[in-house]
Amino acid sequence: MIPEIGHYALINALCLAVILAVLPAWGAWRRNTTAMSLAPGLAVGQLVFVAISFACLAAAFLQDDFTVKVVASNSNSLLPPMYKFSALWGNHEGSLLLWALILCFWTTAVALLSPQLPMQVLSRVLSVMGGIAVGFLSFSLFTSNPFERLLPGSPVDGSDLNPLLQDPGLIIHPPLLYMGYVGFSVAFAFAIAALLGGRLDASWARWSRPWTNVAWAFLTLGIMLGSWWAYYELGWGGWWFWDPVENASFMPWLAGTALIHSLAATEKRGLFKSWTVLLAIFAFSLSLLGTFLVRSGVLTSVHAFATDPARGMFILLFLAIVVGGSLILYALRAPAVSSRVSFAWVSRESLLLFNNVVFLVATLTVLFGTLFPLFMDALGQGKYSVGPPYFNAVFVPLMALLAPFMGLGPVSRWKGDTVARWKGELGISAAVAVVCGLTLPLLGADYNLWVALAALLAAWLVLGLVRDAWYRVRGASSLGSGLRRLTPSYCGMLLAHLGFAACVLGVVATSQYNVERDLKMSPGDSETLAGYTFEFVELAPVRGPNFVADEARFRVTKDNELIATLAPQKRRYLASGSVMTEAAIDAGLFRDLFVAMGEPIGSDGAWAIRLHYKPMVRWMWLGAILMGFGGFATALDKRYRRQRRTATASAQGVLHGA
Amino acid sequence: MGPRLKLFIPLILFVVLALFLLRGLELDPREMPSALIDRPLPEFTLPSLGSDTLVNRDAVIGEVALFNVWATWCVSCRVEHPYLNQLTQQGVPIYGVNYKDEDQDALRWLQELGNPYRLNIVDADGSLGLDLGVYGAPETYLVDAGGVIRYRHVGVVDERVWRDILQPIYQELLEERAP
Amino acid sequence: MHPIRKQRLYLVLFLILFSSVAVGLVTYALRGNINLFFSPADVAAGKAPVGQAIRVGGMVVEGSVQRSDDSLAVRFVVTDYEATVPVVYEGILPDLFGEGQGAVASGALDEYGVMQATEVLAKHDENYMPPEVADALEKSGYDHKGKAQ
Repeated sequence: MIPEIGHYALINALCLAVILAVLPAWGAWRRNTTAMSLAPGLAVGQLVFVAISFACLAAAFLQDDFTVKVVASNSNSLLPPMYKFSALWGNHEGSLLLWALILCFWTTAVALLSPQLPMQVLSRVLSVMGGIAVGFLSFSLFTSNPFERLLPGSPVDGSDLNPLLQDPGLIIHPPLLYMGYVGFSVAFAFAIAALLGGRLDASWARWSRPWTNVAWAFLTLGIMLGSWWAYYELGWGGWWFWDPVENASFMPWLAGTALIHSLAATEKRGLFKSWTVLLAIFAFSLSLLGTFLVRSGVLTSVHAFATDPARGMFILLFLAIVVGGSLILYALRAPAVSSRVSFAWVSRESLLLFNNVVFLVATLTVLFGTLFPLFMDALGQGKYSVGPPYFNAVFVPLMALLAPFMGLGPVSRWKGDTVARWKGELGISAAVAVVCGLTLPLLGADYNLWVALAALLAAWLVLGLVRDAWYRVRGASSLGSGLRRLTPSYCGMLLAHLGFAACVLGVVATSQYNVERDLKMSPGDSETLAGYTFEFVELAPVRGPNFVADEARFRVTKDNELIATLAPQKRRYLASGSVMTEAAIDAGLFRDLFVAMGEPIGSDGAWAIRLHYKPMVRWMWLGAILMGFGGFATALDKRYRRQRRTATASAQGVLHGA
Repeated sequence: MGPRLKLFIPLILFVVLALFLLRGLELDPREMPSALIDRPLPEFTLPSLGSDTLVNRDAVIGEVALFNVWATWCVSCRVEHPYLNQLTQQGVPIYGVNYKDEDQDALRWLQELGNPYRLNIVDADGSLGLDLGVYGAPETYLVDAGGVIRYRHVGVVDERVWRDILQPIYQELLEERAP
Repeated sequence: MHPIRKQRLYLVLFLILFSSVAVGLVTYALRGNINLFFSPADVAAGKAPVGQAIRVGGMVVEGSVQRSDDSLAVRFVVTDYEATVPVVYEGILPDLFGEGQGAVASGALDEYGVMQATEVLAKHDENYMPPEVADALEKSGYDHKGKAQ
């Protein structure tokens, strides 16, 4: 009965979404206040029904209702309850429902948190989001109904959740990622509303900016969690594989990064308006494209869910309508003549423009590399694959090019700055950065030029920021009052940029100084790696709630001092019979020690063992966390609330002027 | 280029991309060729499920038929089973290859879910499967009246697969035989 | 020239310069880092180049996996049921790797037609199960009972 209620609620949600997509937009067009005022209510109603539907599916999972097909194929009675719950989005049907839920959540958030937004703008925004919801809800209902029953002949027990997904990281990774993906729909909806209204000015940038930043922050954290999960759960110590599914989340992030910077220029200086609108369309389109790539099976990937061409066709059609439609609208309505506002070459604007170019080019190169196998296959050239070296070869130089300018950006002035002032402001930091670059790699195993470069660039970023923040705080009577002077949006920028510096340092140090060894080890053997001695003490069978495992127990010592005991496992999950590697990691701020078990070799209890020494690998994720928090912090800025209120007055002009 | 015209550039790029994606949908990166297409069904002598008699190749050819590789350990087989029952009711002959399975489990399965098969070949050790090139279940082979394998479908047979892929070939084979 | 137009001109020039650098970078990076997929039949027919980075994929033949006793070297045969290709690899195989399962090896063919793999990927399809996933339902039911006692 419960699944039927869920199904019914989903149908209701679709009906509300159709009304939401049509009625307020019509109201905004015909100036019908009644029609427009229905929009927030419809958004809330849509959320309520999708939430009911989601709750019903969750209940089916938690109660082990194996008559429901997705439960039967993705859960098992032995599964711990929290994984039963997260199994809900460990499959195509359920994750789509989660997607729809998050979309409705964002729609409702916009509806409720924007009382100051002109009614016409709000109606258009909500209508656009309603339209997207129509697409996703009908996709869910017509091609991938999560409530489909297996009757008659439902199994006694389910076939279990993929063991790789039975992990705490994976409970929150997809929701965070979707918060980001779907969050870009808000920026998209604002952009479309602005194009429809025909007024692209600083106010729409101001309205959509906090939303975009928050979505970007979620996406940052989501990607970071995915990378962290891959690191400890896939078992082989890699943290980024340039896999199509990873790229699918990374491309919207890159475009989104360009977007949040371009929005700054549009808000503050009224520059790059058409460009910003295009980026907003672009970021969300890439989110949709990512969905298409993952769900249609046009690209093979280790992450891909079971695929179905009918679903692929549906998303492609949806993609064509949303992206094609918005680009047609853009071509017809975007201001053809660019802004009359000029800017100097030496100014914050030009640096933001540079940021945009770099991130756009980065997005396109990743897009190209991801789709290259598809292009070649479509042209009949055979089945190619593009490996990580391609992505590293194009991506690393781009980021290296970005960093020097990134150090200048936050300290430079709008409209016009002078090279002389830059020299005065940053001369000392540049000198200190060079010293850092020369000395910091000495702390590593050997002197490495790449690490030197990374240290130089990271120090350059950090020192510039710290100095700038210090100059802002300095004049105050006390440090506390000085810190209070910094606006949340400034602090957010500070955190995000510091995070980027930490990330650069972490990525380069861990890739360059990483020591990795695969070898055969029997109990009693020991091996020394980067000064750490790994001793294989014993092998023991262990039992978990839904798996049995061989556990290798390791003692790690350095200079005869015990550092850690590590116990990696090779698990066999009982329900599905699948085998999984559970790595053991001793985490530290400056180094991770990593042990994973391969397979037994020979008959004398020897195993293939992988040992890793990974310096500073945590910096990468800590950096990403800083970036995410930075994104959230900017949205706290009082300025957005205050200015939105004053915007109401000018927005009246929109109503009359349109 | 007019100022308005250049705004169409993103649209044009997207259309090109969409065409590639459309083409990509038709290609299956996981496509797996079967060596046995257009070759005769391999020879075998194996027990028939639920009886003590042995069956061989001659007992199952002579008519256009489906050979469905299934097992009770295969959850997807359970998914396709109701549809196989329907196909049998429509008069499509289906032979089962019970692949690497226990006889008792298989018999119980057929009792519970219905038996769409004319007869089931018991391939307990997977030897027929090996000859056929089976590497999992479910798989379904379309064999013509002369005992030649004409098509192999990997994965679940449902209404869509039948309508779009198998039925056209099935009809063609029936007509081939008629004259 | 109007200053704004002049600025736009520079901007366009900069964009063109930058994107040509990017395109150059992409072509350079692509040249060494893509590899083409060949089926064992292609390899047998001599279509695959020797000594170049390629991928070969197919089913791992039952009983073909041989491990060395004293190192991580492993040898197995992949087939597409038309031809077979022997693969040698030194390292840890992925969890999903198994006989009778799909696998893709990337590496290069040596002059004897043996694939010297640098990476082995196992394929997995959740809707289509190899027999290894056997007795899923019975077994878990049994364990469930065992735990309840």
